[in-house]
Amino acid sequence: MSDRNDPDVALETGAQVPPDEPVIAPEPEPEEPSRWQQALRQIATGNAIISVLAVLLALLVGAVMIAFTDERVQAASGYFFARPGDTFAAIWDSVSGAYVALFQGAVYNFRRPDFVSGIRPLTETLNFATPLIAAGLGVGLAFKVGMFNIGGRGQMLLAASAAGWVAFSFDMPFPLHMIVAVIAGIVAGALWAGIAGLLKARTGAHEVIVTIMLNYVALYLVSWMLRTPGLLQAPGSNNPKTPPMKDSAIFFDLLGPQFNLHFGFVLSIGCVVLVWWILDRSSLGFQFRAVGLNPKAARVAGINVNRMYVYGMLIAGALVGLAGVDQVLGTVTTGFSSGIDAGIGFDAITVALLGGSNPWGILAAGILFGAFKAGGFAMQAAEGVPIDIVLVVQSLIVLFIAAPPLVRAIFRLPQPGAKPKKRTRSARKEEVAAK
Amino acid sequence: MTAPSQHHATAAPTERALDSTTVISWKAPISFAVITVLLAVLFLTTRHSGDAIFRLSGPRDLIQIPEITLNGPVTTWTCIVLLTGITVVSAAMVRAKRRVPLWLVVIFAVIGLVAFLTWAAAGARTPVIPLPGLLAGALSLSVPLIFGALCGVISERVGVINIAIEGQLLAGAFTSAVVASVIGQQWLGPIVGLAAAAVSGVLVAFVLAAFAIKYFVDQVIVGVVLNVLVIGLTSFLFSQVLAPNAALLNSPPRLQRIPIPLLSEIPLIGPMFFRQTLIVYAMYVIIVLVYIGLFHTRWGLRLRSVGEHPQAADTVGINVARTRFWNVSLAGAIAGFGGAFFTLGAVGAFNKEMTAGAGFIALAAVIFGQWDPIRATLAALLFGFASNLQNTLSVIGSPVPSEFMLMLPYVVTILAVAGFVGKVRGPASAGKPYIKS
Repeated sequence: MSDRNDPDVALETGAQVPPDEPVIAPEPEPEEPSRWQQALRQIATGNAIISVLAVLLALLVGAVMIAFTDERVQAASGYFFARPGDTFAAIWDSVSGAYVALFQGAVYNFRRPDFVSGIRPLTETLNFATPLIAAGLGVGLAFKVGMFNIGGRGQMLLAASAAGWVAFSFDMPFPLHMIVAVIAGIVAGALWAGIAGLLKARTGAHEVIVTIMLNYVALYLVSWMLRTPGLLQAPGSNNPKTPPMKDSAIFFDLLGPQFNLHFGFVLSIGCVVLVWWILDRSSLGFQFRAVGLNPKAARVAGINVNRMYVYGMLIAGALVGLAGVDQVLGTVTTGFSSGIDAGIGFDAITVALLGGSNPWGILAAGILFGAFKAGGFAMQAAEGVPIDIVLVVQSLIVLFIAAPPLVRAIFRLPQPGAKPKKRTRSARKEEVAAK
Repeated sequence: MTAPSQHHATAAPTERALDSTTVISWKAPISFAVITVLLAVLFLTTRHSGDAIFRLSGPRDLIQIPEITLNGPVTTWTCIVLLTGITVVSAAMVRAKRRVPLWLVVIFAVIGLVAFLTWAAAGARTPVIPLPGLLAGALSLSVPLIFGALCGVISERVGVINIAIEGQLLAGAFTSAVVASVIGQQWLGPIVGLAAAAVSGVLVAFVLAAFAIKYFVDQVIVGVVLNVLVIGLTSFLFSQVLAPNAALLNSPPRLQRIPIPLLSEIPLIGPMFFRQTLIVYAMYVIIVLVYIGLFHTRWGLRLRSVGEHPQAADTVGINVARTRFWNVSLAGAIAGFGGAFFTLGAVGAFNKEMTAGAGFIALAAVIFGQWDPIRATLAALLFGFASNLQNTLSVIGSPVPSEFMLMLPYVVTILAVAGFVGKVRGPASAGKPYIKS
């Protein structure tokens, strides 16, 4: 019995750690397969193919749902046995119509005459991706420290309020005002998340409860500030809404006035690089990952675990806070209400999960989900398919990617590490069990 | 087998040391002091010179109890003195290396609550607090939380972290509304709807169990994703199918209240507990069954052993994967059943995301209640009470901004988790897949 299979050792490792790949004794290959076969096998067993197939599967399930709930399909299926072709035509119409609208709303609109207006959907995708990437990084970094930050909503609301307050109530020259507003938002988000980190470090309060509770506290706090004159409410108005942001504070457009893409996208990309550097290159990141993998071992190794929890939550909150800042200074600059977080705090969890808590993965996942969001609105407008289908597709993608054996079983792909030929039934079963 | 023996060798002396030392915790006195000072500041800074009237019985009750009238400032400051006294006593106890007993905490909470209610009512437009209504409303707000918390307790005790409570509640609410509407009779519809709700909760639990137990996917991931999946599915079907055919698919008959003879006439408690719908009576039975089952039957012992030390359970011949799978499914049935309360018990029609975070609050109740069915139920009741307190106070026109009242349960939870509960320890193997080697 080796150490790595020892349950007591396995018990010590953190909950976020995926089980180790089983060690499979290298068996002598009977004959060397050709290079093409090897390449094919690498593609078929790699992670990339799993991701692509997961997306395809999720879209397939989405297609089934669209088809089944479409009224034309239901009408045509009423006389299915008389004219089955009608049913299939209706299914094709509804599904292809929806997905073409999704693509045209997310990537490139072929119906537009010129390239500039045709490519506009892609910039919308990046625009939706901007806060998702920032918040996803915040959740992902907390995952790396072994903490689950469900408090994205509260952190975003507080950050948005702080940044918005600076942006509408002060007069400053252009770059300075924007920078001060961004810093105010980031600090607010960091401090709000820092409460959870500090309580976990000092009293052992579970961060999942504290962040969930802080979401509600933040929501009511911001709602109260929004309806109290002199705090966040627009003067002379009765609505719980702030005045518009001053021009000197809002994020400038990156690609000119015809596109919505703003400076926040550059900040989000900057954060990806920063988080990658923190986690992969800095001593702080090493300590973060050590605590995340095994807090007891980290403590024995001389790492101040409690301090890491506080630092981890502070940085996570700052990143989620940036998403809140993106919302007020980039997306909704005409004044915001308590719905400014737009569910991004929760979407960020799925983004971080899909990205495997790794900064580059989160960048890709954020852009993919941004595309679904941009395309989902277009699909709802053009085809009447409710945007909620996007939630279904997104969650299925994460589920399928999290369970590669399931995807392999569905598509009958070979298992990685298995012998290319002469796979016995028992060997396969053993591997599924070991996975 | 070198590593485990070393591990046990190092663990044993510490455990023995822990047995003989008393843990001194200053958390309770500090929390008491903070709450007392906060209340004192609140009473100092706001005007509450009038009387507060507590109404103890409703107009239709058989036994009428006279109203209690308390003078605002006198009562609040008496309470502050009492609270200060308890704080000092608890500090002295900790100094003498004794633990602060639970009853002291309860007394503190009750006095603090009386002080707060008196203050809120004395400054209000109509200084009357209808206690029966407050308590009955609190119970109905807690019902889904209690079901969700029981679901969480069972599945975490068996070693599977269940973040998908929200999804299971929502699935139950959706299914019960549709099934009850289609069947549509006064009694048959809701009852079949309840059964269907439980089945839908089981279906969500199947997915959780399959991914967590068969494919070893991180349980937190599956839970979070399942919530999103169920929200997406129900919202999609609501917009696409239910909304256009609301009369046929989304107008379920509501469950009727069944007053229990005699018991429902007990003052204050009767209307709260015994003038309820079938779901609530089922809840009482389920709470008791889960408690007895978990701690006094073979089933519970096996369940807990699988959640604490699956290797040991496996060694004595318990099938870990099967135990986990079926108990997670059972937990799903409980949550799904509770989800039906949203539609059949309370609102009637299904609406998008109508659970509004109840599953997460239930999760907090599980941790707050330290993975114990009774304590988790009490925690859920506390949340329900606090949210209904806000409703009552905004009806009588209390001077507190309603947002701060709404915030209160969550702030109290944070204080409680940080202060009274502190380092909570869940089942040792919750969240860890068991890989048989």
